[in-house]
Amino acid sequence: MIKLENVSKSYDGITNVVENLSLTIAEGELIVLVGESGCGKTTTMEMINRLNEPTRGDILIDDINIKDLDKNSLRKNVGYVIQNVGLFPHKTIEENISTVPRMCKKNKHEISDKVKELFKVIELPYEEYAHRYPRELSGGQQQRVGVARALANDPDIILMDEPFSALDPITREQLQEELLRLQDELNKTIVFVTHDIDEAIKIGDKIAVMQDGKIVQYDTPENILKTPVNEFVEEFVGKDRLWKTPEMLSAKDVMLDPIVEIGPNRSVAQAIEVMKKRKMTVLAIVDSTAKKPHKLLGLVGANRFYGIFDNSIKMKDIMKTELNKIPSDMPLNEVMELRTEKKIHTSAVVDENDGLIGFITDTSILNVLNEIMPESEDY
Amino acid sequence: MELLTYISENWPLIMEKVLEHLSLSVTAVLLACLLGIPVGFLIVNNKRLAKVVINIANIIQTIPSLALFAFAMPIFGIGSKPAIFALFLYALLPIIKNTLIGIRNVNPATIKAAKGMGMSKFQIMFNIEVPLAISVIMGGVRIATVTCIGITTIATLIAAGGLGDLIYQGLGMYNVEMILTGAIFSALLALAADFILGIGEKLLTSKGIVKED
Repeated sequence: MIKLENVSKSYDGITNVVENLSLTIAEGELIVLVGESGCGKTTTMEMINRLNEPTRGDILIDDINIKDLDKNSLRKNVGYVIQNVGLFPHKTIEENISTVPRMCKKNKHEISDKVKELFKVIELPYEEYAHRYPRELSGGQQQRVGVARALANDPDIILMDEPFSALDPITREQLQEELLRLQDELNKTIVFVTHDIDEAIKIGDKIAVMQDGKIVQYDTPENILKTPVNEFVEEFVGKDRLWKTPEMLSAKDVMLDPIVEIGPNRSVAQAIEVMKKRKMTVLAIVDSTAKKPHKLLGLVGANRFYGIFDNSIKMKDIMKTELNKIPSDMPLNEVMELRTEKKIHTSAVVDENDGLIGFITDTSILNVLNEIMPESEDY
Repeated sequence: MELLTYISENWPLIMEKVLEHLSLSVTAVLLACLLGIPVGFLIVNNKRLAKVVINIANIIQTIPSLALFAFAMPIFGIGSKPAIFALFLYALLPIIKNTLIGIRNVNPATIKAAKGMGMSKFQIMFNIEVPLAISVIMGGVRIATVTCIGITTIATLIAAGGLGDLIYQGLGMYNVEMILTGAIFSALLALAADFILGIGEKLLTSKGIVKED
């Protein structure tokens, strides 16, 4: 676990590049520091391997104050990947990858095994690439080697400073995917710096949005998108962000929550009355004896009342019980697929206990899409 | 034809002069390397100091070589010592300058990566900066060597010996063959030195580095 406690950094003694920043990074988490250039994100990251020393405040790694550690041995145990790759051009790929373990004077066989393993991890054939020089590799391959080099000494923590920003979009996307895969396998604690909010959302377990040396919001990508704490964050992530990433929307974000519920023992006449009054064509039949959210029993649409004049018929007798209940955290795209596939117009959204919490109708989806749609021209 | 006859008749003398010439220039360049390369590394991070050092070396370079030999005489007397001293001063500028340029040309990202991986200043210098700057540094050594071999021909005037002896004596006696022999051999020496150092440069430079010409 990495803990930054009230950390400030000033280069000139007047202005703080990083101001009174506190941040806790749990083990195995990939957190992204994101912000515009000059917001202090790189400085913050570089304080973790002491490339920058904080002016005030403390940084603890597993409860050890890094001030008490030897700088260079700290750095040998914290992987470091930078933007312009920073491979040593005069050394072969194998030499590059094995740099830190060799500095630590590890056993030669151990190093060579580790290097071969890392070649597999980054999916480069060892025989073909081990003895090549960095300039003979493409940008994407070079950055893969950069990542392998950072992993060579088995660090628990890896710092990545805009590692993919110089790559073309396709390669960048590939490497992001690979990083996520790697993270699943190796479970390192990764601090990733980027100015690219798309990248942050894509790879981060958590995102720290920074502005003027402070963290404005530190939360999961979903929460940052849905509930930005202020205008800056909203502006930064982009108002149309949810539009571009509909998979971030889930059922509960598009549902209508004023629900018209009615008990299972109500008669048809009573139901029609409620429908008229609330201008609804579908009612939810719930077990209203327990507390809210009430357990959903079935749905009744107005069409079910045709030809029924017997007032002794209760809702429970005619309600539809085979329902496609939608869990509240189902992603919007799956909701849409389900609705298309089953030709549903009104679906009930339930919590984990089958309690009814909302409805998704065609209108509710349109409303949400309209809300998150980027401002478009007038027609 | 007469030139060839002269050369074959005086081969031992010519070889003696070549060796003298070579030992003067090489000693001076070696001394300049010993001082210049470390100085280059020491001042690279201090822009103002670097400027001062380069300016001093520049001023030395502008002093006419004959004048510099003359300056060295009161201190070292006559013979090879003042000659080596003067040549050494001439060799300093290209060596210091190229060392500076060589290190400054190392990609800062490479240095930052090395630092971030836990290399000490010394490790960075020997594992990263020297190997990456070596071809540029060697370029400076080549320039210094060729310059020194040229200037050494004047060292005869302060009785330091070398191929200059042949040229000046030849001039005095109006012996064209002697003059030409001195001139041709000093030129050949410069070319040969440059060629050999070029090979050395290639061997010292990693295959991973492409030199921009």
